[in-house]
Amino acid sequence: MSLLEVHQVSKRFGGLTANQDVSFNVDAGQVVGLIGPNGAGKTTLFNCVAGYFAPSAGSIMLSGRNIAGLPPEACAKAGVARTFQVARTFGSMTACENVMTAAMLLQHNVARARVAALQWLAFVNLERFADKPAASMTISEQRRLAVARALAIQPSILLMDEVMAGLNPSEVRLAVDVVLKIRDSGIACLIVEHVLEGIMPIADKIVVLDRGVKIAEGTPQQVSNDPHVITAYLGDE
Amino acid sequence: MTTEILLQTLASGILIGLIYALVAIGLTMIFGVMDIVNFAHGEFLMLGMYSSFWLFSLYALDPLLTLPLTVIMLFAFGVLLYRLVIVRIINAPMLSQIFTTFGIMILLRGVAQFFWKSDFRSIENSSVSGTVKLVGIQLGKPQLVAGVGAIVITGLIYFFLNRTRLGAALEATASDKEAARLMGIDSHKMFSLAWGIGAACAGAAGVLLATFFPIFPDVGANFILLAFVVVNLGGFGSVTGAFWAGILVGVIEVMGGLLLGPQYKTAIVLVLFLGVLMFRPQGLMGKA
Amino acid sequence: MKNYHFAIFTLVAALLLPAVIDSSHLNMAILVLMAAQVGVAWNMVGGYAGQVSLGHAAFYGIGAYASTLLLVKFGVNPWIGVLTGGVVAALLSLAFGWSCFRLKGHYFAMATIAVAELVQIFFTEWEYGGAAVGLYVPLDKPGWLWMSFSTKLPYYWLALGLLLLTLAANWWIERSYLGYYFRAIKDEPDAARSIGINIARYKQIALSVSAFFTAIGGSLYAQKEIYIDPNSVLSTALSIKMALVAILGGVGTLFGPVIGAVILTSIEEFTRIFFGGTGRGTDVIIYASLIIVIAVFYPTGIIGWMRSFRERRAARADASRQIAAHAASASTNNGEAA
Repeated sequence: MSLLEVHQVSKRFGGLTANQDVSFNVDAGQVVGLIGPNGAGKTTLFNCVAGYFAPSAGSIMLSGRNIAGLPPEACAKAGVARTFQVARTFGSMTACENVMTAAMLLQHNVARARVAALQWLAFVNLERFADKPAASMTISEQRRLAVARALAIQPSILLMDEVMAGLNPSEVRLAVDVVLKIRDSGIACLIVEHVLEGIMPIADKIVVLDRGVKIAEGTPQQVSNDPHVITAYLGDE
Repeated sequence: MTTEILLQTLASGILIGLIYALVAIGLTMIFGVMDIVNFAHGEFLMLGMYSSFWLFSLYALDPLLTLPLTVIMLFAFGVLLYRLVIVRIINAPMLSQIFTTFGIMILLRGVAQFFWKSDFRSIENSSVSGTVKLVGIQLGKPQLVAGVGAIVITGLIYFFLNRTRLGAALEATASDKEAARLMGIDSHKMFSLAWGIGAACAGAAGVLLATFFPIFPDVGANFILLAFVVVNLGGFGSVTGAFWAGILVGVIEVMGGLLLGPQYKTAIVLVLFLGVLMFRPQGLMGKA
Repeated sequence: MKNYHFAIFTLVAALLLPAVIDSSHLNMAILVLMAAQVGVAWNMVGGYAGQVSLGHAAFYGIGAYASTLLLVKFGVNPWIGVLTGGVVAALLSLAFGWSCFRLKGHYFAMATIAVAELVQIFFTEWEYGGAAVGLYVPLDKPGWLWMSFSTKLPYYWLALGLLLLTLAANWWIERSYLGYYFRAIKDEPDAARSIGINIARYKQIALSVSAFFTAIGGSLYAQKEIYIDPNSVLSTALSIKMALVAILGGVGTLFGPVIGAVILTSIEEFTRIFFGGTGRGTDVIIYASLIIVIAVFYPTGIIGWMRSFRERRAARADASRQIAAHAASASTNNGEAA
């Protein structure tokens, strides 16, 4: 049994079909990349797994339990953490307080949450920002903060939405290091990404969506040689 | 309850509903174009009423005659208000926006009270006084003229929005401010225009009302709630929605008053408001 | 640390105040305390959790009517009546929350206005509750047991005690996990859900606690003023004032509403004394202008302005220190080069 089993998930908005019968698995400790041209339905699928949308059809099994249709907070409690395209850090708080708020999911004690939060900040190399306002950090720093915050709920899988977008090459390398570190600590990663140089080298598996449908699945090597994938990306222009 | 009373009530509901629609159209335009809820909208109506009143009392000029003048003055006032105050809170947190327009509402009421005192005024013996009998129903002439006037003005607004270039630019800004800006449409000018037209609509409604409704500083309070209900029911940002919703709300209010008692008219409207907010927040025809 | 000293100083001043001022000023002090208390109560849900309610007078009025009706109709002791009023308001807040919390931004604010107006209409038409005529609190049982006094001083202690209680509750919440959750909900509701926060539940908690304390404030008003009617305890103007007190001082801060209450009440009394008598609305104009200025230029209130002032001063000090350090090392280098 895989950690995450997405099975025949479809999502329709009125007349528009954003996802159609998408299926794939993520095993514990895997890094899986979700790629595809614009409008492929990647973020919609993400939102279904994280609970922000309820799928129109299909099931989403997390460790054998169907979480499809559960609200976001329930998915989080079940072990699904996520980041957003815009970091959405809590602007009125310091970096440490941001992570503490997440750590309080597991236990309500503020002092113990602070201890845990400092550890997660160190994990993403942001410990020197601990008592600085989150709003004063740069975009790439805020993204890392959002990752630390997501990790603080001790998920079994972390969903990252375009975490490398708009970063310069050295920032991309930093992001890649963080992803690998997360993977090595035993947390699976499902990553939506456009920056292919960032995701292809580190993913165990790549799933390709195009116009709501899965068109390929395999190792990065297999997928980059798949003619359907090449057409999907080139055919866009 | 006889058919005659029922028809009478229905007719007066439609006529007052048309006024509500006119007020609401201004409110929905402002919201549609710039996402700001104007709590001071009722005060534009109040100023329109006083403008009519003073032109009539001091210079013996009939309200229908001075309607264009009042409308122009209110348009200018709306633009002025935008340029002086509203422009500063376009990107401010919602709390700021709410309290700014709330503050303007209270300020305008206070100013009206300061200059014109709280006495109730009315326009007697204008060109539209009296009653008329239409298909067996007794209707007040001012109410009838007001209803027709509201239809005409609504028609003009509709024509403006859908058949003129400036109107199209306004609609474009309402759907997608950034895209409109990329096409060379100046958002700032569009916002000024929206406020001007919004104020002008409410002012026009005020003129039409002044021929049969009492005029006093806080009169806006009666209509702002109804305007919100209409805008909500019709869909925030939809002018046609506001038109039909206005008529519907007018009928519901007056019919409800007939069935449950006049002291419950407001309560009925409030319940309708909450119902729509909770169960169909996008209204009948609205953009979310 | 500085806030700590300020708080102690203010507390001591508040305890000593009755000894140094006369009775008419004492009444104004009581008004300040009561305005501050409802401001602090509003702040719990409006400032910290970011749910801007413009209908809080509904809870105030329910507290006032609950304790007064229980006393007048059933002879229930006001101390019990006050607590009952708080509980009733907290229960009503469940309906409030259920109907309004799914709405965002402006819609939520409008819904709160609508619900509060419905409550006002209900009490205006409710014959048993006195309808538009209102209710009188009986004066036949004076003393602490029945919370009824002929002088102002005991009401001062009651108001101060209630304010301290409300502040303590707010302070406790602010430091606990609830405080973090409220702030998260205010800043980024979707991100809050992604870390497991059930925002509907916590908004409701904020609202219910806020409603409870607001209602108790209403009961105190009833006991002090001896007379209540829908207009005095349920009006939209009152709701606005409760929010304004917190906004003026600083939303989401512990002492903001206290500062806001002092300033607002002073302005109200000042304009009433100098302008109000003429009935010309000058006091309204001043009040409204204040609202607009705060909303446009100082939305974070006085405390917010003070904080940004301190931050800017610290940043300037930082910058000048850096420049000085640069200049020092540059001249050292020059010295070495030479």
